[in-house]
This record gives sequence, C-alpha cells and structure tokens, in this order.
Amino acid sequence: MSGTFVTLVAAEIERPSIDWHAIAPELILLGGGALVTVIDLIWLERVRKLIPTLTSLVFLVALIPVITLWADGSGLPRGLWIIDENVPATGVWEGAFVVDNYSLVLKGLFLLSAYVIVLLSTNYMSEGDYYDSEYYQLIAASVLGMLVMSSSRDLISIFVALELVSIPAYLMAAWRKRDLKSNEAGLKYMLMGVFASAILLYGMSLLYGIAGSTLLSDIAAAIDIGESRPVITLGIVFTIIGFGFKVSAVPFHTWAPDTYEGAPTPLTAFLAVASKAAGFVALINVVIVALPTQANVVEPFIWVLAAITMTVGNLIALRQTNLVRMLAYSGVAQAGYMLAPLAVYDGISDRATSAVVTYLVIYAAMNLGAFAVVIIAARKTRSAELSSYGGMFNYAPGLTLAMTIFLFSLAGIPPVGGWWAKFEVFRVLTEGNRTSGIALAVIAAVNSVIAAFYYLNIAKQMWFLPSPDGDNSRIAIPPALLAAVGLTVAATIVSGVLPGVVSDMTDFVNVAAGQ
Amino acid sequence: MIVTESWYLIVSALLFAIGATGLLVRRNPLVMFMCVELMLNAVNISFVAFSTALQDLAGQTAVFFVLVVAAAEVVVGLSIVVAVMRRRPSATVDDLAELKG
Repeated sequence: MSGTFVTLVAAEIERPSIDWHAIAPELILLGGGALVTVIDLIWLERVRKLIPTLTSLVFLVALIPVITLWADGSGLPRGLWIIDENVPATGVWEGAFVVDNYSLVLKGLFLLSAYVIVLLSTNYMSEGDYYDSEYYQLIAASVLGMLVMSSSRDLISIFVALELVSIPAYLMAAWRKRDLKSNEAGLKYMLMGVFASAILLYGMSLLYGIAGSTLLSDIAAAIDIGESRPVITLGIVFTIIGFGFKVSAVPFHTWAPDTYEGAPTPLTAFLAVASKAAGFVALINVVIVALPTQANVVEPFIWVLAAITMTVGNLIALRQTNLVRMLAYSGVAQAGYMLAPLAVYDGISDRATSAVVTYLVIYAAMNLGAFAVVIIAARKTRSAELSSYGGMFNYAPGLTLAMTIFLFSLAGIPPVGGWWAKFEVFRVLTEGNRTSGIALAVIAAVNSVIAAFYYLNIAKQMWFLPSPDGDNSRIAIPPALLAAVGLTVAATIVSGVLPGVVSDMTDFVNVAAGQ
Repeated sequence: MIVTESWYLIVSALLFAIGATGLLVRRNPLVMFMCVELMLNAVNISFVAFSTALQDLAGQTAVFFVLVVAAAEVVVGLSIVVAVMRRRPSATVDDLAELKG
C-alpha cells in the first residue's frame, strides 16, 4: 500500500507535448476572433468598416494550416497530444479530438463557406442600420464550433461544439431586433434549438450509461453487434432526434422555414449551409464511429426520416410563393437526400460517409450561390416574392444565368455540380442490392422530379415572364456580392464538369475513431 | 428501503417528461424556457446517477459542461425573450404568427 503511494508520488507526470500544427486552425480562429473583438472595442467607429475584411482574413488564414495538414498527409490521423515522437499521432486525450482527412475536408468547407457568408453579409449589414461588428464576431464563434465539431469523437465535445455553433446563431437570427419577424425567427429557433439540445443530451446520457464512457469508440466497443435493449434503442433514437432538429429533418423541421424567412438573409444562408452541415457532421461522427454495431436500430430510423424528409420538404416547397421559404423547404428536402446514405451504412460506412461529405460540399456551393442571387435581387426589388423575379433576364442577364446554374444544380441536372452529389448518393443506395436501399433510391428519384418542377419554375419566372412593375433599371452589384456569386458559380460548375476534383478529396474520407 | 441508482434514473425520466410536456403545452415563452431548464437538469441527474453506478468520473464532468452551456443558453434566450416582449408585451408564442406557410 505504502509502496504504491511512494511510486505514485515519485513518478513524474510527463506532460505530453501538444501537436500545435493539428489544432492550428482552431487556435487561429479563436485568436483571430478575439483580436477582431478587441480591435472593435478599442477603435470603435473608426475601424467598423474594416471588421468584415478582417474577419474574412481570419477565415482565410485559418485555412492555411488546414491545407498544410492535408498536404502533410503522412501523419494523419493526428490528435491533440504527441504521445511519442516516433509514433505519430494517435492517442490524444484518449481520442476525443482527431484530425483526419474527413475533418480536414470539412474544416476547409466550413472556412470557405464562412468566407462567402461574410462576403454576402458586408453590404446587407452595413446598410441595415444595425450593430454589425458583433455580427462578424458571432460568426467567427459559430465557425469555431464547426471546426471543433469535425474533429470531435466524444459525446461531451460534440455537445459543446454543437452549442457553440447554435448559440451565436440564435442571436444572429434575432439580429434585426426592431423587426417583429426577426424577433419571431430568433425566438422560434432558440426554443426549438434548446429543446433539441435537451433531447440530444438525454440520449447521450443513456448512451453514457450503457457504455460507461463518453468516448465514441468506447461506446462502439461496449455494445455488441445486434445487441438489443430498450435503453440502447432509446438512447440512439433520442440522440438522432436531437441531431434531426439541427439538420431540419421532417418532422423536426418546423422552425426552419419561419427562421429562414425572418432572419437576415445572409444568416439564412449560414444556417442553411454551414449550420446544417455541422449537424450532419455530428450525426456522421456518432452513427459511423459509435454505432457501427447498431445498424438494426439506426438504419430503419434514418430510412424513415430520410424518406419523409425529402417527400414532405418537396411537396411543401411546391406551393411556396416566397423564394426564401421555397429555398428553406428545398433545403429540408436536400437534407433528406443527405440522410439517405446513412440509412444503408452497415458495412460500407466509408462509402456512405464520402457520399454525404460530397453532397455537403456541392450543396454548400450551389445553395450559397442561390442565396447570393436572392440577396442581390432584393437590393432592387426589396422582396423575395417569386413574382418579383419576373423579367430579371431583361435587366440582369448575367445574374439570371448564374441563378439558372444554381437551380439546375439543385435540381440535379448535368453538367452542373448537383448531379454528381445525387449520383454518389444513388450509388451508395444501390450498392449491395439491398431492398431498403433500392426502395429509398426510388423515392429519391421521384422526389428529384418533383423538385425539378419548382426549381425550373423559378428559372421560367426569370427568363420568360415580364417584370411585375415594368421597372427594368439595372441592379448595381457591389463587388463583395459579385465575388460571392463568382466563387460559387465556379465551384458549382467545376464540381459538375470535373467531379474528380471533389471526389479526389472525398474518396479518401474515412472517419478515424481515435483510441 | 435502499435508494439505488435506478431511483434517481426514474426521477430523471419523470422530470424530463414533465419538462417536455410543459414545453409542448405551455404558451408563455418564459415558462417554455423554464421547462427546457427542467429537462436539462433531468439530464444532469441522469449523468450523475450513471456516473455513481459506473464508478466513472466522465459523467460528472459532463454535468459541468451541461451547466455552463445551459447558463449561456439562458443569457441568449432571455435576451431574445426580452426583445420580443418589448415589442409585444404579454405575447404568447401563438401570437407570434407573422411567419407561416
């Protein structure tokens, strides 16, 4: 007894050396966000114009270590601590934080989306007569949560990251605080969001109770294949429902259309793309890493979610007259396609993951682009009603062409991006000739046809119908918005014409579990 | 009578159910928010009970994170409720129907 005590005292605690390179993206974003806040506090009005530029620079600088980590791929996956200089990488706060190919692709996606969001926000915010510096600081905080999320392999860090993503977003949704619609958007989003968090946490506490650990890989090890106990099922269902709210899967989507319409439009783009992607990342981490043995519970549940999400989303989108609401419901339907590969992940989890990630990347480009056009058009028409897009070809042919590209891509028509994303999903669904997968593929195919109808209806409005008030004066497009449209058009076209560019990244994507 | 961990889990499940029901039934945003806090505390009880049963500290660590995050949610949530109430005193969530469809 005393011998053990002596050895305990005598044993020097060896401080593991931190792998600074692996956490550089998060640290840069944290430091940069803090710096922007301090600069804003010190110089106030004098620097206000510079804050968006500074924030977007922070995002681009944080992208550098993501690229160098990717280029230096030999050491992947790596963690937070370097346990042994000779054995690179594993270990790491017992594997709660893992940097692998998968997380690097997603970090790149989050940072680039955030950069485009800042481009979209610059004019909207500075012309809106509301506090704008704080808005960018909150975006930086939210994006930090997304970066942490893509590396999280532990229930607690997933929860904290998810809240770091959501809590700033609640504030930003209610940003136009003298506008009743924005108030309502924020309140609905906040109430549903915290409700979802509570459900998610309860599920997590049950999973912890079963496995005796919050680490995802320990949970996988603790549950045997096909082991079926009510408490396991309950834990899994609650956890997936919690994520279902975040990714706006039907029937947990009710907040999405209201929040999207009422919130500032750039923030809507942020919610529809980045925040939704973060929810998917959390879902993938938990399903692929923690629940590989529970496919008999997870697959049917996600199958039903995916099928009703794409169907309900598309059917309601059909009868929308407001373009932002239509994009909200279309986003709900797209979430259904993204859920689909997870309904057949058993045995092909790498392929399913890479299909979802491919979809997330391409969806980010085309949806951000569509929102960019909506924001530009609203500068002239002051409306997002579908009829106000009439005659756009006459006064803004370039913009109309760009929007048509995004709409074709959303509908999945080759050769622009979206078809490749859908193709990957179908390939995973039909792999292995499982009845459930093929049935879901059929539902997805029918839905793609329904969706094409309302997407092309927007295009018809812009190309062929006259402008409602006969006002054909041109739209002045500020450079930031022009850059955003340019970037997203390029990404949408390249990912469709040369799908290899995307698949070169996503084919290697597999979620490292950590140890 | 020995009070085992499962008693705590039952209390936790009951609290969670009360909170969830309250959130769905009540229409005052402030009361709904209180119900969410009830649900979060039910989760805390559940984490601590499992932690004791398993003789593992991770569950108790989780509670600290939940507490901190809940505090942050309260700050943000109450500020949004105040912003709404300033514009429309005594509004219930049913009155907030600018956005629908």
